[in-house]
Amino acid sequence: MSRFSERLKSKKFIITCEIFPPKGTDLTNLLKKAKALKGIVDGVNVTDSQRAIMRISPLAVCHILKEKGLEPIFQLICRDRNRIALQSDLLGASALGIENILILSGDHPTIGDHPEAKPVYDLDPVQLLKTARVLEKGVDLAGRRLKGTPKFCLGAVANPSFEPLELQVLMMEKKVRAGAEFFQTQPIFALRTFKDFQKKVSKLEAKVIISIFLLKSLKLAQLMDEIGLKIPKEYLKRLEKAEDPLKEGMNIAVDLIKEIKNECDGVHLMALGKEEYIPEILKRANL
Amino acid sequence: MIISEQKPKEEILEMLKGKKRVFIVGCAACATKCQTGGEDEVKEMKKVLQKEGKKITGTIVLDTPCDERIMKKDLSFLPALKNSDSLLIMACGVGLQTIGKLIDRPLVPALNPLFAGTTERIGRYYEYCSLCGDCLLDKFEGLCPLTRCAKGLLNGPCGGARDGKCEVNPAPARRSGVNDEIDCVWALIYEKTKEPLKAYYEPRDYKKILMPGRRVVR
Ligand code: SF4
Ligand code: SF4
Repeated sequence: MSRFSERLKSKKFIITCEIFPPKGTDLTNLLKKAKALKGIVDGVNVTDSQRAIMRISPLAVCHILKEKGLEPIFQLICRDRNRIALQSDLLGASALGIENILILSGDHPTIGDHPEAKPVYDLDPVQLLKTARVLEKGVDLAGRRLKGTPKFCLGAVANPSFEPLELQVLMMEKKVRAGAEFFQTQPIFALRTFKDFQKKVSKLEAKVIISIFLLKSLKLAQLMDEIGLKIPKEYLKRLEKAEDPLKEGMNIAVDLIKEIKNECDGVHLMALGKEEYIPEILKRANL
Repeated sequence: MIISEQKPKEEILEMLKGKKRVFIVGCAACATKCQTGGEDEVKEMKKVLQKEGKKITGTIVLDTPCDERIMKKDLSFLPALKNSDSLLIMACGVGLQTIGKLIDRPLVPALNPLFAGTTERIGRYYEYCSLCGDCLLDKFEGLCPLTRCAKGLLNGPCGGARDGKCEVNPAPARRSGVNDEIDCVWALIYEKTKEPLKAYYEPRDYKKILMPGRRVVR
């Protein structure tokens, strides 16, 4: 069982964060950030060409992080591979000792830097979760026997700001039935959003890890607000007035974590390239 | 029907470079309904090409260029082709290739066929079916997630929709040249029924629509 999986099964608070693989093969910067996170978080998500911007394979990065003693969570999306490649990558991950997999549909190619690419979506996230569970039984989707059986700890995503919320909750229930053991959410900013969401998901048979986003500038906060993530006016004001917006962004993250940490299973920190500040944020939030 | 748009004039002229005597073929079915290859558009195209110095050896709007039987019945235009060095086809790719089976002349496509869609009104077309070979519309209250969800998600929405609109906006809107956002079909389905969010749908069987599709009954 992976360390992350053990943590999920315990009653302990879960802390994860994410790292974006670079465009290119130079991992110097990524490894520097990773080093700062070692021993501080329970899992590090490695994104899969997020925002549909082509980047180095997350499987390769997961492997390297694992070798350095971190606990990677391999993000596997449905956008770029058909069911043959998806199963193949799942087996590959398992052979590399990477058990933690976060399954999501993946941003559509049209929003990224290769808008001409053919979107695949051969399987949807629910079908992919089921597929991973099928592989664990020692057969593939075609019913053929595997030589060596993988074992996974499977997660999925949810969006607490989604309206209507009930639709998200129905989706989460379906994903749990398909095999999801944990969820990592889209970032929340408003306590109200968190409370409404938490009320609806507390009975779910899966751990729900709430994402906290580091608002490193006013501009970024405004952008997030525009794309529907509901940033409270108060935060916008605080960022506007702040002499050092990054610092204020950290203050906001710390405040939020303190507010929610006793009512949820864990937090996932999205630092958008400022991962080196994660240890400080966690420390100040008494985690 | 097959929704199509006309290729830009420059592209058509580029393809016709060096061709002097052009015969124009339109389509009385889909391309007429879309106003991309009917009588009026053929006439208009004739004028445009004449202005560019092309000789138009003749025009015809075939009933259904995609149907070989009907085409064969109406080959009265064949003599005019003798002195044409190319045919400009204002029909979809099926029409063009069917014509190609009967006529040995360079064929130039004037249209870009887009999808199987519905017509709200002229200029407003929406793709409703991707011809998947195994219709599931009974399960989704008559709304096709395979086609009308940008990711074709069968088991429910992604987390990206906002106010009932799909996360991939405005890219498809830009593509169609119309500045209106497409709906998230899952928001529409949810309004009618919650059942598809509780059921599980297996991965699709793409063997049913392997390219090139064929159906030979007799
Ligand atoms: S399920 Fe959708 S794509 Fe398939 S035949 Fe029916 S409408 Fe067309
Ligand atoms: S927003 Fe809706 S229609 Fe668009 S990709 Fe997501 S589920 Fe599909």
